[in-house]
Amino acid sequence: MKTILKNSRTRNRFIQGTVLVVTLGILLTFVLTTRHNLLEQGIATGFGFLERSTGWPINFSLFEVTANSPYADILLAGLLNTLLVGVLGISLATVIGVIVGLMRISDNFVLNLVGTTFVEVFRNVPLILQVFVWYAVLTHLPSPRQAISVFDVGYISNRGLIVPSLDMSALDIILFFIGLGLAGYAIAAAGKTNETLKRHAWSAFGAVCIVLFLILLFSGRSADAPLVNIPELRGLRFVGGIAIKPEFTALLFSIAVFGGAYVGEIVRGGFLSVDKGKIEAARGLGMTAFMVNRFVRIPLAVRAILPALTNQFIWLMKATTLGIAIGYPDYFMIVSTSINQSGQTIELIALLMAGFLLINYVLGFTMNWINKRLALKGQAS
Amino acid sequence: MEAALRPPVVDTTAFGWARRRLFATPVDTIVTLCFGAVVVWVALRIVDWTLISALWSLEDGQTCRDAAGACWAVIEARGRLILFGLYPYEEHWRSTLACLAIVATMALSCVPWFWSLKRLPALWIGGFVTFVVLMHGGVFGLSVVTTEQWGGLSLTVFIFCSVAVIGMPMSIGLALARRSKLPVVRHVTSVFIDLFRSVPLLTILFTAAVVIPLTVPDWAQGDKLGRVIFAFAIFFACYQAEIIRSGMQAIPPGQEEAAAALGMKYWSRVFDILLPQAFRNSLPATINQFVITFKETSIVTIIGFFEIMASANAAVGTGEWGAQYVEVYFFVGAVYFLFVFGLSRYGAYLEKRARLTHA
Repeated sequence: MKTILKNSRTRNRFIQGTVLVVTLGILLTFVLTTRHNLLEQGIATGFGFLERSTGWPINFSLFEVTANSPYADILLAGLLNTLLVGVLGISLATVIGVIVGLMRISDNFVLNLVGTTFVEVFRNVPLILQVFVWYAVLTHLPSPRQAISVFDVGYISNRGLIVPSLDMSALDIILFFIGLGLAGYAIAAAGKTNETLKRHAWSAFGAVCIVLFLILLFSGRSADAPLVNIPELRGLRFVGGIAIKPEFTALLFSIAVFGGAYVGEIVRGGFLSVDKGKIEAARGLGMTAFMVNRFVRIPLAVRAILPALTNQFIWLMKATTLGIAIGYPDYFMIVSTSINQSGQTIELIALLMAGFLLINYVLGFTMNWINKRLALKGQAS
Repeated sequence: MEAALRPPVVDTTAFGWARRRLFATPVDTIVTLCFGAVVVWVALRIVDWTLISALWSLEDGQTCRDAAGACWAVIEARGRLILFGLYPYEEHWRSTLACLAIVATMALSCVPWFWSLKRLPALWIGGFVTFVVLMHGGVFGLSVVTTEQWGGLSLTVFIFCSVAVIGMPMSIGLALARRSKLPVVRHVTSVFIDLFRSVPLLTILFTAAVVIPLTVPDWAQGDKLGRVIFAFAIFFACYQAEIIRSGMQAIPPGQEEAAAALGMKYWSRVFDILLPQAFRNSLPATINQFVITFKETSIVTIIGFFEIMASANAAVGTGEWGAQYVEVYFFVGAVYFLFVFGLSRYGAYLEKRARLTHA
C-alpha cells in the first residue's frame, strides 16, 4: 500500500476518488434520512403545496394577500418585501455613506469628528440591536389619538407613519418604472446617432418621466375620486393615505444607517487610494479645484470603490433577513412560517436558497456590468 | 541656477492648527460653527442624560418616571438577567468565572509568546475545558446545567470563541483545497464555499437548528447549541478561507517554486513559507472578519438562544421596565462596543507590529 501511494499519480487519483466518494456518501445519507423521516411523518414531497391556500395572513405586502391566497402568492409577496426593503435600504445607505465618507476625508476637523463618531458608533454595534432599538423607538411613539401631525397631511404615531397617497394602483407604479426603463434605453440608443438628443438626454428623460406619470395618474380613475388621498383620524384609527408600518421603517433605518457606516469607510478608502501624484499633476496642468475633482479624483475613486461596494450591497441584501426579529414579513420570515405551517421543510429551504442565490446573482451581475463599463480602458485588469 | 524653493512652513502651534483645520476658508468657518454648535449641543445632551440628570438607584416609592435623564436603576434590577440569561440564580458565580476564563484565554492568545503550534492549542483546550466544566458542571460536586439554560454574556463569548477556534483551522483547509492542483478537490471546495457564502447566516443557522434533525441520522445530530455553533463555524470558515486565499495569491509564485526546488515537502512549504506570509497579508481582513463574527453572534437570538441580546429583550419585555428600553439597549450596545472596539484596536496594533518587523 505504502509503495503504491508513493507514486504521485496513483496517490492523486486515490485522494480525488476518496473526496468524491465521501461527498456523494454524505449527500446520499442526507437524502435517504430525509426521505425516511418524511415518510414517517406522512408528508408528501414535491411542490404541489404551492397551490394550497395558506390559512394565515401577513401584515405587510405590496399586493393583496389574504389567508386564502396560495403559498406561491405569499412567497412571492415575501420576496418582493425583501427586495423593497433591500433596494431602498441600499440606496439610502449609499447616500449616507457618501456623505459620511466625504466628511471623514475633509480637512475640517469638526466634519472629521462627526463622520468618525458616526462610523465608530454604528459599525461597532450589531445590526440586530439597532433594529430592536429603532423598533422600540417607533412603537413607543404616541397612539393615533395623540399622533404628531405634520402640517395636517401626515401623521406620526405608534401605528407607523401615515402619509397621503396618490390615486395610483400598484400596477400603475410598476408600469411607471417599466416605462422609465424603456424610455431611458430608447434615449440612450437614439442619442448615439443624434447629437441634439445626446446633449439634452437628461431633459428628455425628465419630460418623459413627467408625461408618463400624469398619464398613469389620470387614466382609469373614476371622476369623483380625489387625486391625493389625505389621511384623517376617525375614532381610534386613521382612514385614507398609506400607513408605513413601524416594522418596515425600523428595518429600513437600521440597514440604511449600519450600511451607511460601512459604505462610508469604503468611500473613504476609495478616495484615499487615489494617487497623490495624479492630483498634483492635474493641478500642475492648471485645472481648477472643481475640474480636479470632476475629471481626476472622483472618476478614479469610483473605480476603486465599486468592487468593494458590490460585496457590501450583497451583504446588506442578506441582512434584510433580520426583519423576522421584529415581525417584518420578508422572504425568510415567510419561508420559516410556511415550514412551521406546512411541514414542507426541504422544498421551502430549497426555495429560500434559490431566492437568495437569484438576488445575489442579479445584484452581482448588475454591479459587475457597471464596473466593466466604467473600468479604465486599455488596462490589463 | 535659481535657488531651490524652501519647503512650505507649517505652523504647528494650536493657533496654526485651528486655522488649517477649522477656519481655512469662509465656507469652512461657517461649517465649523454650525456643525460645532450641533456637536456641542448633542454632546451636552448625552452627558446630561447619561450622567447628570440620571437616576442611579431607586429609593422608597421612587419610580423611573421621576428621572429627567436615564434611569440606571433598571440595570441594577435587571442586570443579572441581562448578563446571565436563564442560568440558575445560585450558580451565577460559575457563569461569571467561566466568562472570565474564556476572556482571559482570548486575551492570552493575543500575546505573541503563545503563537506556536504547541502553545496555542494547549491554551485553548485549557480555556474551553475550564469553561465547559464551570458552565455545565456534573463534576467536582457542581450541579448539572444543560446548554438550554446557558445564557447572557458567557454564551455570547462562548459562541464567538468556539466559532473562531473551530472555523480557523477549517478555513486554512478550505483555502488550501481550493487552490489544490487536483481538479475534483478544487471544484468540490469551490461549490461548497460559494454556496455557503451566497446565503444569509440566519438561513444557515435556522437550517442547522430546525432542518438538520430531519436530514441527518440521529447519532450525528448532537445538541442544538452544538449544531448551531458548528454551522456558524462552517460559515465563518468559508469567508475566512477566501480571505486567506487572497492573502496567498499576493505571494509571488516564485517563492513556492523556490521552496519546491530546494526540496521542501508540501506541508513544510505550506506551514513555513505560504501561511506565515498569507496571514500577514490578510491581517486587516481577518480582524474585520472577527469583528463581524462577534457582532453576528447576536443573530442566534432569533433561533431561540438566550445570549445577551435576547436576555436584554427579555429584560424590557415585561411591563415594569418597558419604558427603560433605551437604558438597557444602551448598556448592551456598550458591552458589544467594548469587545468589538478592543478587537479592532488590537488589529491596528498587530498591523503596526507587522509593518515594523517586516518593513
